[in-house]
Amino acid sequence: MSNTILEINNLETHYGKIHALRGISFTVEAGQIVTLLGANGAGKSTTLRAISGLVRATSGTIVYRGEDITGKSAHDIVKTGLIHVPEGRKIFKGMTITENLELGSFTLDDDAERKRRMEHVFETFPILYERRSRDSSFLSGGEQQMLAIGRSMMTNPQLLLLDEPSMGLAPFLVQQIMKIVLQLNKEGVTILLVEQNAKVALKLADYGYVLETGKIVIQGDAGTLQQDESIVKAYLGE
Amino acid sequence: MSIQDILLQQLANGLILGSFYALVALGYTMVYGIIKLLNFAHGDLYMLGAFVGFIALSFLSDYIGDGWAGIVCSMVLSMIAVGLLGVLIQRIAYVPMLSAPRLSILITALAVSMVLYNGVMAFTDGQYLAFTTDLNYEGVQLGNVFVTNTQMVLVGSSLLLMIVLYLFVHKTLYGKAMRAIAIDQDACRLMGINVNKIIALTFFIGSSLAAAAGVMAGTYYGSIHFFMGFIIGLKAFTAAVIGGIGSIPGAMLGGLLLGLLEAFGTQIPFIGTEWKDVFSFGILILLLVFKPTGILGKTEIERM
Repeated sequence: MSNTILEINNLETHYGKIHALRGISFTVEAGQIVTLLGANGAGKSTTLRAISGLVRATSGTIVYRGEDITGKSAHDIVKTGLIHVPEGRKIFKGMTITENLELGSFTLDDDAERKRRMEHVFETFPILYERRSRDSSFLSGGEQQMLAIGRSMMTNPQLLLLDEPSMGLAPFLVQQIMKIVLQLNKEGVTILLVEQNAKVALKLADYGYVLETGKIVIQGDAGTLQQDESIVKAYLGE
Repeated sequence: MSIQDILLQQLANGLILGSFYALVALGYTMVYGIIKLLNFAHGDLYMLGAFVGFIALSFLSDYIGDGWAGIVCSMVLSMIAVGLLGVLIQRIAYVPMLSAPRLSILITALAVSMVLYNGVMAFTDGQYLAFTTDLNYEGVQLGNVFVTNTQMVLVGSSLLLMIVLYLFVHKTLYGKAMRAIAIDQDACRLMGINVNKIIALTFFIGSSLAAAAGVMAGTYYGSIHFFMGFIIGLKAFTAAVIGGIGSIPGAMLGGLLLGLLEAFGTQIPFIGTEWKDVFSFGILILLLVFKPTGILGKTEIERM
């Protein structure tokens, strides 16, 4: 029996006159890692921004855990456990690591729970604990990505939308970040991963979709997509 | 009077003037920090604060007198009323303009300013009103310098308000959200922060601080009029730029510094008190040319 956590039906968005998403449909099964692949400008980030409510869908529906969340405001969507870690990390530079993490738990009233979650983040990322009172602008790219993921862990996510977590990172850091993604998934978090680095993403994922100029052109099990060389060459770049 | 006495006297004058500037500058800088708007109506909220305080005090004086008890109660009432007015102005005048070009919202702010001071002018016939209190002129004699209790209480309360604000912004989750919004609004939305609510809160706090300064100024100078917010608005803007616009500690520092600079500047031979505005705005021009980011400001400069 399928256990769909997210269902996108015919989603369209416009940026002014630009028709960014031209009716895409896909589903994410609970407990899986699903990846959304495609070249620059294919509409991957826009898809995530539409799901998390940062961009308004012009038509189509977004159903999350059986509830239609299309048109809901971003700050309300967060309360349902659907958390978006945006492209470029968007950490609060000028604020300390601890403050960044605290803001991740903004919707939480329980201070003891906040403390418990923060300890969990620090266990996962010991380097963040070491630098907890430092201004986050001085973190390296990898550490910033860890902070962005750590901050999303503070919200107790059920479904995590990750936008290009490997962007600009050295290969060994990419491995480290992907290990964390896998660990989060094992802890029960469903993951929708947007990546340009198709190889890395498919190694991790259960299922994959390939997006081209605002439409889904290919989908399949990650293993199948990985082996199909024509796909890899045509859409994912080699 | 010896030179020390003059310096000490000017230190006292500068601190009181500076604390008014600082309170008003805080609202300027907080609003600029989050929506990059120079709220030119902000000086008029200071003026309105003084008038609301005046009305509240004239009612309250029958019950609790017009000593400190009456003044403090009037100040709190004025802070709440003007704070809410600030939120209302934001909702009516600024929210619809947020996606318009930057210049449009700036012109809107100027229009709001005109509506406010012309409105008060119409109600008061442009008259000066006597802000009567029964504060006496007791104080402390320091050598040849005399500082009244009123002066000390006013400076003390301004500093207290600034400390409370600083603690709010750095120690509470809502305060941290206010700082975070100045950095990245989208990221705030993704943390579950209702950005519009926090912006309204910022307007409330900024406006109520201006109102507090207005009531204090009424108490200190003993008279109020519809145009009293104009010059202090410009001065507070100068103070915010000195400290680095967008920076809260910068506004506090810039305000106190500008007050002191004016007080001491007028003691320079051949520069009398009538030159103090020239002195302040001269500093503003020099600063904009040589260090536009101010003392504590960020290096990022945006065109208005």
